[in-house]
Amino acid sequence: MSDHKEPNYIGVFYLLAALTALEVGVIFVPIAKLIIAIALIGMALVKAALVALYFMHLKFEKRTLGIIALTPLILCTLLIVSLLPDLTGTTRESKHKETAQVENVEQVAEPGDSANE
Amino acid sequence: MSQATLVVDPAESPLTPESWGKLGMWVFLAGDAMSFGALLAGYGAIRAGSVDWPVPAEVLGISLTAFMTFLLICTSLTMVKGLSAIKRGDQKGMITFLGLTILGGVIFLGCQAFEWTHLIHEGLKFTSNPYGNYLFGTTFFAITGFHGAHVTAGVIYLTVVVIRGLRGKYSAENCNGVEILGLYWHFVDLVWILVFTFLYLI
Repeated sequence: MSDHKEPNYIGVFYLLAALTALEVGVIFVPIAKLIIAIALIGMALVKAALVALYFMHLKFEKRTLGIIALTPLILCTLLIVSLLPDLTGTTRESKHKETAQVENVEQVAEPGDSANE
Repeated sequence: MSQATLVVDPAESPLTPESWGKLGMWVFLAGDAMSFGALLAGYGAIRAGSVDWPVPAEVLGISLTAFMTFLLICTSLTMVKGLSAIKRGDQKGMITFLGLTILGGVIFLGCQAFEWTHLIHEGLKFTSNPYGNYLFGTTFFAITGFHGAHVTAGVIYLTVVVIRGLRGKYSAENCNGVEILGLYWHFVDLVWILVFTFLYLI
């Protein structure tokens, strides 16, 4: 079970703490929100991988456990992919705008309508 | 036992018999990860489809939660230190480090209770949100609540192991229980890293 050399836990801890500080810092950087989001997700995944590989010893385990651990990651990716069609279609924002436009048109049209009548 | 060793080719057996508990915990954690994954994916879908989603960092405040994140990372460190202590046969060291882990978990829960109370007083509820889309409150309380329940369970689990440790149930040769506990606790930390990123930072 413990035939491997103990990893440098303190080093992993410092890395995790530094990444957390970086994450909190990066949201105040004045660049595009998308870039910040991608950077944040990247850092979170690195942190998660550090915890799983070193604290949870996945790096030193048999491959079976690695496959079990990766399964939810793959399934969640599939879940997100399957949710994408819902997101790229008509969002609530565009619907909201459409209704607003329709309302405007109606308001503009109203005097004309009454004039016709 | 000896029969089993004869039948099972060591090269093909996925895990050694003393690790069945570990395998069980990993299977449970994979399922649990799907629960969190589904919650977070649902959160993403709701948020992407919403026009008046508030900026989380402004509404929730991240200084306290950044501290909570740091705290959970610290408890992960004390957890592995507790495991390496018992692997050396140091029972006292294990109990000290697991005690520190419990302390960290309890402080985390205290911070979360404080945060929830504060937000509820500001009007953020499960079904209402003064800053925009009401689902912001729903998803926030559902996901942090689900995680908080995991921390609570972890604190209870840790307490049970410490009590067993005080009775001398663990030793350098028999520390599988502590390792399995560690898996659960690190998983709770791992999930919080993702929750912190998706609910507070992005």
